Amino acid sequence: MGNTLIEKIIMKNVGAKSLTPGEIVTVNVDRVMIHDIFIPFVAEKFKEMGFTKIWDPDKVVLIYDHLVPTSAVEDVRHFKIGDQFVKDYGLTHVHRSDGICHQLMPEMGYAKPGNIVFGTDSHTTTYGGVGCFSSGIGYTEMASILGTGEMWIRVPETIKVVVNGELPSNVTSKDVILRLIGDLRADGATYKCLEFHGSTFENMSVSSRLTMSNMSIEAGAKAAIFAPDEKTAEFSHVQLSDVDWVYGDDDAEYCRVMEYRAEEFVPVTACPSQVDKIKDVAEVAGTKLDQVFIGSCTNGRLEDLAVAAKILEGKKVADYVKLIVTPASCQVYLDASRAGYLSTFLKAGAIVTQPGCGLCCGRACGILSDDEVVLATNNRNFLGRMGTNKVQIYLGSPATAAASAVTGVITVPEI
Amino acid sequence: MEKFTGKVWILGDDIDTDIIIPTEYLALPTVEDMKPYGFSPLRPELAGQIEEGDIIVAGKNFGCGSSREQAPEIIKALKVRCVIAKSYARIFFRNSINNGLLLIENDQIQDVVKEGDMLTVTLGESIEHEGNHYPIHSLPDNLMDIINAGGLVKAMQKRNGIIE
Repeated sequence: MGNTLIEKIIMKNVGAKSLTPGEIVTVNVDRVMIHDIFIPFVAEKFKEMGFTKIWDPDKVVLIYDHLVPTSAVEDVRHFKIGDQFVKDYGLTHVHRSDGICHQLMPEMGYAKPGNIVFGTDSHTTTYGGVGCFSSGIGYTEMASILGTGEMWIRVPETIKVVVNGELPSNVTSKDVILRLIGDLRADGATYKCLEFHGSTFENMSVSSRLTMSNMSIEAGAKAAIFAPDEKTAEFSHVQLSDVDWVYGDDDAEYCRVMEYRAEEFVPVTACPSQVDKIKDVAEVAGTKLDQVFIGSCTNGRLEDLAVAAKILEGKKVADYVKLIVTPASCQVYLDASRAGYLSTFLKAGAIVTQPGCGLCCGRACGILSDDEVVLATNNRNFLGRMGTNKVQIYLGSPATAAASAVTGVITVPEI
Repeated sequence: MEKFTGKVWILGDDIDTDIIIPTEYLALPTVEDMKPYGFSPLRPELAGQIEEGDIIVAGKNFGCGSSREQAPEIIKALKVRCVIAKSYARIFFRNSINNGLLLIENDQIQDVVKEGDMLTVTLGESIEHEGNHYPIHSLPDNLMDIINAGGLVKAMQKRNGIIE
């Protein structure tokens, strides 16, 4: 019998000839990511554990994104502790204002196909978009990896998701993953890996795949991985022949198979305040909005800004609506500027902010108050996520967001 | 192999972290202070009745919900010897090992065991109930080292020679 994709990554890492779900193994970690929110706790636990040096400083990436730029005076403490940690232990991969961690990790080539990567953030699953097994952990475990380079994991069962055909033009990968989360429910993939098969995913860009892997944690997934192809190899600057072993065998054992026709998908939205409360956008069309947000590690990439710019070209944001656009990284910001998208947004009356986590994590750049309604492209609509607990958050695609910003009400995009 | 016997408490499926320790008690200063409220939304009497060495037997998705590390800490503070469940939520599972709480996966024992029964667990081998044996997965040595050390911080301190 064959193996699933994630089993193959783990088998290669530990040098095992076979593995079955449920087994617990110790892996050698290829890379770790720590962000500004947790670096003080990681530093404290690391010292408490008695470590004096990091196993391999080259494998550690420290990214400031949640607090950049600072919005409260106490935020500065995180940077001071982080900078001291960098100095004390010789870290070299430090990004103080380059963008959101989950964009930078694959974009900068820190997370590559076949790698095993852990990060102090639940959306670390994102790097599955480039064929990487990546998952979120707590700060205590991160401290132990920094000292040992090792991590224990339970080999997960895998859910095979098969989609064939061509998606309708107004449907993006965000609609696909939201629909999947609705069908799986918020715990349907707990401790499991999602593996994506079929022509629809083969035709998807790497960016679209990153969006899907990013949001898979909202169904509880430990990882959500696409087999690397030519597009991945180009994106990650690797030879395909070096990573073409990263795929799930036809005769591998899956705990569940979910099959769809691409043509059946429609634009959908996660309604307040559960990520698995999925409705067709058409069902809630007309809902009055106070704000629209396009950005985050889920949908702040160039193709997301491109689709939004296409819809907003020559149009104006509705008078009473604030449209906030946050590119996911400085590279995306630059590329969007060169492509003329930023100019389109500004002429439409949008607010374009610096790359960062600000609004998505409810800290800055557009937080909302009681009874306000926002349609946002990020990944969580939990109570209180983007302001007070009486803010209504709808999640949707960049296309739905841009179309809704023009009309001022939730709108089915037409592309 | 290590072997122990304990009295069983039965819980169902989807025992979430809010049942294990409700949010309103998380602000209490120590886990010892929180201990009396363990499992209180479901079984308010339980925390007062659990004795050292007892075993919790539960269904699927034990520990689902939030990432609060107090959930395994409470069960450990109640001196429960181990939890046997059909499955565990991912973050709870990791937090348990890292806090030194022994978890065992088995999906057969729930059909036969009643509250108050005695179970004998032989680690890495089986659970014995009224003469019948139910196989269990073995945990690797390094994971048992973490549990036996009393959690991940202590295991690392031991590794680094800070404590014996």
